[in-house]
Amino acid sequence: MLDSVFALAQGFSVAFEPTKLLFALIGVFLGTAVGVLPGIGPALTVALLLPVTFKLDPTGSLIMFAGIYYGGMYGGSTTSILINTPGESASMITALEGNKMAKAGRGGPALATSAVGSFVAGLIATIGLALFAPWLVEIAIQFGPADYFALMIVAFVTVSATFGDSPLRGLTSLFIGLMLGLVGIDALSGQARLTFGVPELLDGIEVTTLAVGLFAVGEALFVASRMKHAPETIEPVRGSLWMTREDWKRSWKPWLRGTALGFPIGSLPAGGAEIPTFLSYTIEKRLTKHPEEFGKGAIEGVAGPEAANNASAAGTLMPLLTLGLPTSATAAIMLAGFQQYGLNPGPLLFAERPDLVWGLIASLFIANVMLVILNLPLIGLWVRLLAIPQPWLYAGILVFAAMGTIAANPSPVELVMLAVFGLLGFVMRRYDYPIAPMVVGLILGPMAETQLRRALQISLGDPMALIESPLAATLLAIAALALVAPVLFRGLSRFKAEED
Amino acid sequence: MFRSYKSVAGAVAALVVAAGLSTGALGQSLELKIMAPAAPGGGWDQTARAMQAALTESGAVKSAQVVNVPGAGGTVGLAQFVNAKGDGSQLMVNGFVMVGAILTNKSPVTLEQVTPIARLTAENQAIVVPADSPIKSAKDLAEALKADPAKVTWAGGSAGGTDHIMVGLFAKAIGVDPTKINYVPFSGGGEALAAILGGKVTAGVSGYGEFEGQVKAGKLRLIAIAAEEPVQGIDAPTLKSEGIDLAIVNWRSVVAPPGLSDEQKKALLEAIDKMVKSNQWQETLKAKGWDDAYLAGDDFAAYLKNEQVRVGEVLKSIGLVN
Repeated sequence: MLDSVFALAQGFSVAFEPTKLLFALIGVFLGTAVGVLPGIGPALTVALLLPVTFKLDPTGSLIMFAGIYYGGMYGGSTTSILINTPGESASMITALEGNKMAKAGRGGPALATSAVGSFVAGLIATIGLALFAPWLVEIAIQFGPADYFALMIVAFVTVSATFGDSPLRGLTSLFIGLMLGLVGIDALSGQARLTFGVPELLDGIEVTTLAVGLFAVGEALFVASRMKHAPETIEPVRGSLWMTREDWKRSWKPWLRGTALGFPIGSLPAGGAEIPTFLSYTIEKRLTKHPEEFGKGAIEGVAGPEAANNASAAGTLMPLLTLGLPTSATAAIMLAGFQQYGLNPGPLLFAERPDLVWGLIASLFIANVMLVILNLPLIGLWVRLLAIPQPWLYAGILVFAAMGTIAANPSPVELVMLAVFGLLGFVMRRYDYPIAPMVVGLILGPMAETQLRRALQISLGDPMALIESPLAATLLAIAALALVAPVLFRGLSRFKAEED
Repeated sequence: MFRSYKSVAGAVAALVVAAGLSTGALGQSLELKIMAPAAPGGGWDQTARAMQAALTESGAVKSAQVVNVPGAGGTVGLAQFVNAKGDGSQLMVNGFVMVGAILTNKSPVTLEQVTPIARLTAENQAIVVPADSPIKSAKDLAEALKADPAKVTWAGGSAGGTDHIMVGLFAKAIGVDPTKINYVPFSGGGEALAAILGGKVTAGVSGYGEFEGQVKAGKLRLIAIAAEEPVQGIDAPTLKSEGIDLAIVNWRSVVAPPGLSDEQKKALLEAIDKMVKSNQWQETLKAKGWDDAYLAGDDFAAYLKNEQVRVGEVLKSIGLVN
C-alpha cells in the first residue's frame, strides 16, 4: 500500500503539469455541459472526441475523458432536480425528492447537497480506487450469475420505498415496467419477444426514453392540463440558496452511506450505477428522522443516491484499469481510447505504464475539486431556470426531451415511444400511480432474468446453485430479512402497545 | 516544463492540421456520410471513426461524418440505409455479425440490397480457458465436449453472434450435435471476460484482442486461434493444426447504398483504396490490433455471398434459425 501512496504522489506530479490541468478543466466543463443535456451523455461525447485527440498526448486525452465522465455524472443530476428530467437512468432516483425540493424553492440546497455529496463520494471512491484496486478486483470477478441474481433480489425488495402511499398502485406500476422489460431479443436464446415485427424494438425499450417520457413529458402534460383550473405555483427560491446547518446535518451521513454502496457495486463487472441509487434511497427512507418529508422533498433522498451514483462511477474505472473490463458505455469508449494509443488496459497496465495510470487517478482527484468549484457558483444561475414562465419552461423541456431522444436513437419509432410513455405518465399522474417503480422494473427485470437463467444454464438446471455460493446465500438472507422485518416489527410494536 | 510546451505545440499543430483538412484544401470533392449501425464505442463505430480520420487525412475525400444508428445487430441501421438508393455519398460499416443478425432477427432488409464495396479488417477469434483449468489444449476441450456437451459451458458474445457461431462450428467439426452445446451469451466483452476469469464457465470465445492482456499476464490460457495459418505474435496453435477443421475470422467491411451507377461505385472504390493505402490507416490498424483484410469490389461481393450461405447453415444447425 505504501507503494500505492508513492506512485500516487508521482501521479500528482504528472497531473499537475499545466497542460494536464488544462485537459482536466476542458473535460469537466464539457462533461457538465453534456450531462445537463438529456440524451447526449458522456459516452457520445468521448466518442466524438476520440478522432480529434488521436494526435494528442495519451495521458492528456485520457485525463480529459475521465473529466468528461465525472462531469457528466454531476450534470445529469441538475436536470433531474430542476425540471424532473433525468438525463440518465442513474439520476432518476434523484428526481424523486430533488424535484419536489426545487418546486418548494429549495432547488439551491438540493443542487448543493448533490454537488458536495458527489464531491465527497468521488473523493472517497477515488481513494478506494487508488489503494485497493488490485485486491477488490479479485473479489469482484468471483461474483457469478447466482450472486448477481441475489443482488437483484435485494434491489427488488427495496423498490417498495418508491411506491408512495398505495402498495397496490406501486406494484401495478412495477409490473408494467417488468412487462416492458420483456420486449426485445431474449439475451440467452436470441429469440425476439413482444416486438411485433418492429426492428427498433429488437434491442428492447431504452431506459432513458421511458424515464424521460414518464417524468418530463408526462409532467409537462399534467401541468398543462391544470393550467386553467388549478395552476401549480413554483417558487424559484425560498430561503437560502446554500445549505443550512440543518441541511448539512441531514446530508453527511447519507453521503457516506451512499458512497459505501456505490463504490463496491459500481466496481462489479455487472453491478451498474442504478442499483446503488435504489438501495441508498431505500436506506435513507428507513433511517431518516423526517419520514413525513419523503415524497415531498427530503434532502436525504437527494444526498444519498447522488453520492452513490458518483461513487459507482469511480468504481467502474476499477475493472477497466485493472482488468480491461469496460462495465459502462463510457468505460467502453475509454477502452477504445486506450487502444487508440496502443495501450491495453488490464493486469499489465499498472506495471507497464504506471505514469499513465497514476496520472489518471491523480487527475480524478483534481477533476473532482474542479467540478465542485465549477458547479457551486452555477447553482444560483441554474435555479433561475425555474423563474421562467411555466408555459415557456415546459415547452422548452418538451423540445429538449425530444431532441435528446432523437440524438441517442435517430428513429421515428423512438419518438412515438416517447410520446406514448408521456401520455402514460400523464394518466398515471392523474390517477396517482407512482412512476418510479415502472422505470425500476424496466432496469431490474431484464438484469434479474438474464442472471437467473444464466446461473441455471451453467448449473444445468439445478436450482441449488442459487444458494450454494455463500455470497448469494447471504444476500438472499438480507433480502428476506428486509422483506419480513418491517412486518415483524409492526406486529411487535402493536404487541407492546397492547401490553402497556 | 519543456515537455509540456512541446505537447501544447503538438496539440495546436494537430488542430491546425485538422482545420486545414476540413476546408478541403486537398483531395477530392466527395463529402461522405458514414453510418455506424451501432452505438458509439463498439467495433463498427471504431471502424467508422478510424475511416473518417484516414479518409480525410489522406485526402481521399473532402469531408466525412459519422452517424450512429444503433439497434438489433445493425439491422435497424441497415433498414434506414437502403432508403438512400442511388446516393453515392453514403457508406455503411458492417461485418460478420450483421450477416447473422439479419437471419436471427428475420430482418425484412438483407445484404442483397446493398452495393458491396470492400472488406477492410479482420480479427482473429480465440478460445481461452481459466489459467487453472485442467484443459490444456483444443484436443482436451474437444474430448470434454464429446464426453458431455452440456457440461462444457462456453462464454461469449450475444446469441447468434460470431462467438456463438464459432462454438457451433467447433461442435460440428468434431462431430458433436451443435444443438447440444451449452453456450452462455454475455452482452459486451467485459462481462464474459469476468465470468471466464472467475472460473464460472469452462471456456471463453471472443476476438483475440479481448483476451490479449489477460493471456500475457498469465490469468487465462490461450488454447487455440481459429485462423487459417499461424499468426505471428500470437503464441497458440490454429485449430486446423490441432486437427479441428475450423477457420473463422470476425471481419468488418464497408458497403454503399443500392442502385449506384458504375461511376459512383468507381469513385467510392477509389476513395477506399486510397484510404487503405494511407499511412494513417496502416497506423490505425497497428494501434487497434486489427488485421488488414482488404478485399475490394467483385471479389468482396463473392466472399460476402459465400459467408451468408455458411452462416445461414450454422445458425440452422444450432437451432437459432428455422
